Amino acid sequence: MTGTPARRRPYGAGAAPYARPSAATARGRAPRAPYFFVLPAALLFLLFFALPIGYALWLSFRKAKVSGLGLGAGARTEVWAGLENYTDALSDSELLNGALRVLGYGCIVVPVMLGLALLFALMLDAEKVRFAPVTRLAIFLPYAIPGVVAALLWGFLYLPDVSPFYFVLDRLGLPQPDLLDGGPLYLALSNIAVWGGTGFNMIVIYTALQAIPVEVYEAAKLDGATPLQIALRIKIPMVAPSLVLTFFFSVIATLQMFNEPTTLKPLTNSVSTTWSPLMKVYQDAFGKGDIHAAAAQATLIALATLVLSFGFLRAANRRNKQEAAR
Amino acid sequence: MPYTKRRRLVTTAVAVALGATALAACGSSDDGEARSGPVSLTYWTWTPGMDKVVDLWNKGPGKKEQITVTVKKQASGDTLVTKILTAHKAGQAPDLVQAEYQALPTLVSNDALADIKDEAGDVKGKFADGVWQQTTLGTDAVYAVPQDIGPLMFYYREDLFEKYGLDVPQTWEEFAETARKLKKAAPDKDLTTFSANDSGLFAGLAQQAGGRWWTTSGQKWKVGINDDATKKVAEFWGGLVEEGAVDNQPMYTPAWNKALNTGKQIAWISAVWAPGTLSTAAPDTKGKWAMAPLPQWSADENRTGSWGGSSTAVTTDSEHKDAAARFATWLNTDADALSALAKEGGIYPASTSAQLSGAFTNPPEYFSNQPDFYAKAAEIAETTVPSAWGPNVNVAYTSFKDAFGAAAKNKSDFTAALDTMQDDTVADLKKQGFEVAP
Repeated sequence: MTGTPARRRPYGAGAAPYARPSAATARGRAPRAPYFFVLPAALLFLLFFALPIGYALWLSFRKAKVSGLGLGAGARTEVWAGLENYTDALSDSELLNGALRVLGYGCIVVPVMLGLALLFALMLDAEKVRFAPVTRLAIFLPYAIPGVVAALLWGFLYLPDVSPFYFVLDRLGLPQPDLLDGGPLYLALSNIAVWGGTGFNMIVIYTALQAIPVEVYEAAKLDGATPLQIALRIKIPMVAPSLVLTFFFSVIATLQMFNEPTTLKPLTNSVSTTWSPLMKVYQDAFGKGDIHAAAAQATLIALATLVLSFGFLRAANRRNKQEAAR
Repeated sequence: MPYTKRRRLVTTAVAVALGATALAACGSSDDGEARSGPVSLTYWTWTPGMDKVVDLWNKGPGKKEQITVTVKKQASGDTLVTKILTAHKAGQAPDLVQAEYQALPTLVSNDALADIKDEAGDVKGKFADGVWQQTTLGTDAVYAVPQDIGPLMFYYREDLFEKYGLDVPQTWEEFAETARKLKKAAPDKDLTTFSANDSGLFAGLAQQAGGRWWTTSGQKWKVGINDDATKKVAEFWGGLVEEGAVDNQPMYTPAWNKALNTGKQIAWISAVWAPGTLSTAAPDTKGKWAMAPLPQWSADENRTGSWGGSSTAVTTDSEHKDAAARFATWLNTDADALSALAKEGGIYPASTSAQLSGAFTNPPEYFSNQPDFYAKAAEIAETTVPSAWGPNVNVAYTSFKDAFGAAAKNKSDFTAALDTMQDDTVADLKKQGFEVAP
């Protein structure tokens, strides 16, 4: 037995890294594997995310240059533009106005939608609630409808000549406001977003509410708290992280507003082709064929979104930490 | 859109463009050398039933010449222009494309269309001068073969005109009077609407009045969108909208369909293709409409503008330009091809002889009450004045939608909107590096 140590050696001894790894193999092999596993994701990220963004950035520093009448071969070349596209975008009042319009829209839609979502979530989470699953589904259902379809559907309801609502208002002799004009247009657009988005946000908040341990409620009840007090003093503070999250999503979605105004645009004179910043980007890229200006604007919008959303997240986190410290 | 992760449109588009660029390694070679063996061509078009017309080619002359054409159905108008330009950037544009006349300068200025003068130049005589001139852009080259045209006409509800005692207006002045008279007789009805969502109609009206939006002088473009003729048109419609004589809501909405279908709007200025649109927008009023020439700016004139109309062009990416040009001329000048186009695609041909061919002896079904519909249409088509398109029609059209949309909504000054349109167009030309004559 002892005569053949080489053959009878315990399995893996010496060679196998987990038996007695030598310093060299540990350094040489172990770190390689994670990179290998990460490779597909990294490649896809590079190919379909980093590269296009890089290309968009590159485009944003270029511009088309035409010579003469611009007809025939070789009349159009691409040249370096430096920051020209950016200065144009920043001094373009239409882009700024679009941002202001979206801001006005966001001021309506975010508080209303999140307020309703929180209210519905709290009501569904109340102790005695009937038909909870059905109600939950009913509130959530509009979220399953594609945004363009929702906007079209509401568009029909907003048009006085085809809307059943206006028919009823007319029969009752009530005033018939034009929802696709001026101030009411913001309400009309917000309504579509609130209708479509409340359910999703409600589910997020509701799920957080479900995760609160029952003991907390028991303790509160023993202390004599009413359901309203429990909701205000316990539930809402405890789902604050979810509220922050839904707010974060909503702000980003607002900044990227595109579907609703684009779908309503053909129905009314009130929505211009550059109503929201993203519509302006789309218009410049595909209406005017100026991908360079569009790339610069897209970069600016992405930057603004980044600054706004992460700025908000940081502020929220800091508050949380302060409260935890207190 | 519900609140969820939303793909950033532009990033996606850029990604697509990038992918296409990567694939573009195989460029196009010059043609000209003698073809050997069969050739297959791809054709992007939106005309319905085009595949059936192309079948005629593939089984007839195409078989003899060993040229097979495949139709790829596309979205119409501007959407296709964008798609062609994107494909061209990648060197992957199809051999043949359908393009509206006003899109030709944009496509040519992006070097997407081939000069087919040698192959197609000799069919010039088959078309009215004003139509043919649109495919040459005033140069020696020929960039497309005309397919269909859209001369503007006046469509009206014959029965309702009679009911309210209205006469078909011969001049624009009479048109305004008719609108006012109707408003007085039936305050809830409108003669028509001024729609800001289709720039083509306004361009056609300006063309009739003598507006020439893009012209060249030497190596410079001259933009005349706010010239006196167009200003006259803008002022006229702005006045009607302001006094409430005509409606200010856009066309092609559910509300507009309903207004036409229920007789709330009793006239429509449109092109020769209107019967198709009316039969879907206002099916209940079939047989109640009639067509007349467009009102004139002065009684002794007889002119019209156009709204739409398209051509068949060969791209610079095509490796078989001669074969493609041969198909394009066959499609738009051959009698069999044109009557098939009329029957299957419902187009009104640009070829003057085809306008009076057998396919156009009977009126469209929707206008069965007007037996001489097509005879009249051919007469009107003859009075089409030449148009003048430039390399950034798309910019002017977008500007029109926004500026006139706001002006129509606020019932404010239309000439100010026209100036905005002019300024936007000139600014864009300058930005691209075009020389613009003052």
